[in-house]
Amino acid sequence: MHERPIVYLDTAATALTPRIVIESMQRYYETYHSNVHRAVYVTAAEATEAYEEARIAIGRFIGAPHPADELIFTHGTTESFNLLAKSWGRANLTSSDVVVLTEMEHHANLVPWFQLRDEIGFEIRFIKVTDDFRLDLSNLNELLRGAKLLSVTGMSNVLGTINPIAELAAAAHAAGALIAVDGAQSVAHGVTNVAGLDIDFLAFGAHKMLGPTGIGALWVRRSILDSMPPFLGGGGMIADVSLNGFSAAAGIAKYEAGTPPIAEAIGFHTAAHYLESLGMEDIAAYEHQLTDSLLEQFATRFPERIRVIGPTTMEMRGGVVSFDVEGVHPHDVAQVLDQFGVCVRPGHHCAKPLMKRFSLAATARASFGPYSDESDIETLMTALDDAVRLFG
Amino acid sequence: MSNLEDLYREIILDHYRNPRNRGELVTPPAHKAEGFNPLCGDEITVYLQVENDTLVDIKIAGHGCSISQSSASLMTAAVKGKPLETVRGTIDTFKQLMTVHETSLDTEVEPEPVNLRALGELAALQGVVKFPVRIKCATLAWNTLTQGLNDLS
Repeated sequence: MHERPIVYLDTAATALTPRIVIESMQRYYETYHSNVHRAVYVTAAEATEAYEEARIAIGRFIGAPHPADELIFTHGTTESFNLLAKSWGRANLTSSDVVVLTEMEHHANLVPWFQLRDEIGFEIRFIKVTDDFRLDLSNLNELLRGAKLLSVTGMSNVLGTINPIAELAAAAHAAGALIAVDGAQSVAHGVTNVAGLDIDFLAFGAHKMLGPTGIGALWVRRSILDSMPPFLGGGGMIADVSLNGFSAAAGIAKYEAGTPPIAEAIGFHTAAHYLESLGMEDIAAYEHQLTDSLLEQFATRFPERIRVIGPTTMEMRGGVVSFDVEGVHPHDVAQVLDQFGVCVRPGHHCAKPLMKRFSLAATARASFGPYSDESDIETLMTALDDAVRLFG
Repeated sequence: MSNLEDLYREIILDHYRNPRNRGELVTPPAHKAEGFNPLCGDEITVYLQVENDTLVDIKIAGHGCSISQSSASLMTAAVKGKPLETVRGTIDTFKQLMTVHETSLDTEVEPEPVNLRALGELAALQGVVKFPVRIKCATLAWNTLTQGLNDLS
């Protein structure tokens, strides 16, 4: 399609996949493709071992103290939040309870709670976003009063804002609430340690961290799992089934009905290992530098034309940069950029309440991964020159 | 490779920068229909004033990209003051223009040539079919107009 090479600046939507990840999945399909937890033959045992090793490795990657017993594989961050709402939420929330969310959440951390509220009738409160794109924590204790759960993103997929999770966790626990974190963006771009942050739930997905699509995870603090009934029903999640009913499996298995995404779990493991070999601190520092450079170039080359929708300093900020080109709709920006092979995302980024907060219908968004470099920024600038020229 | 010039014709940019028939009509007597493109957040409201089977006035409100806005503007210029039968005919012809691409992909049979002359300035939008993801932008106002006409009949 394109005469020019691809300049991929859409890692916040999905990250590119290293060959080593693809090869690990291919090896499973070619040499030990079997279902897990079922048969006794050699390849089935190998597949089961690889699947459970993946659970442990990914659990360790996020600092889980008991990775084998706490990390539930799901189909992605969205399903992780649905599991949280429909399992923990339905069993633990009543009409007199309160759940606290924020104005900067992705729809994945909004809609499951709206669905459950429509069913049960609890109250949802929102932490507001300030004009400088941070959570407004001035009335945090008031908002948390009587709350059972605070569910908040680690890093906004629109603004790039990194939220003070440890501080929020301490406040939530002091108020008697649990805290869930949307790690879809944050897990891939810096060190995550659930024990150090003292959080209770972490939802994240593989494909934003160089892994395959179709798999993610919900990490749950082990002591909370007792209060969480099964999620989906079917094979794999049962201890016994008769014509009178069923009893659920013990442990993590009760949340994983049906054949799980086995190849994807193996690819997820490889991706986490690959990221660790690059070093999460080094990735964070490298992307920090690129983001700083992009913000500076916006400010110097398009001072009157481009407005960044997010923090313009690098403090508590990640490599997701939404911007508005005055007089050019984000769709048109993205269309012109596409002619230069530059992939950015136009739209509301599944965060319509946040868009409304800033009176925007959409933004264009550039986002970095460990494979991004300065030449990507340079091509983006050249393409933006063209967009501005075309639309006047 | 498709050229941006095919998409962003001067006439399209003109209608984007200086949209015709922009505003609102009092409802009632006017009727309004709302359209959304949930993928990109574009929203459009079409106000229709129909008297004696004639679309005597039409106004557009909302926001969107250059393609959705210019298509809406070009649409109002094409249908304002026209008998409803003519309006429906124009809608059909425009939709045919927007589906040429898909039809030719599906069947490998040459599609019926669209009467570009009948479309007048609207023919400027034919470049959109080379950018399939933008077809929804171009058809948003037209689908909303169709919905409004259906509400009335």
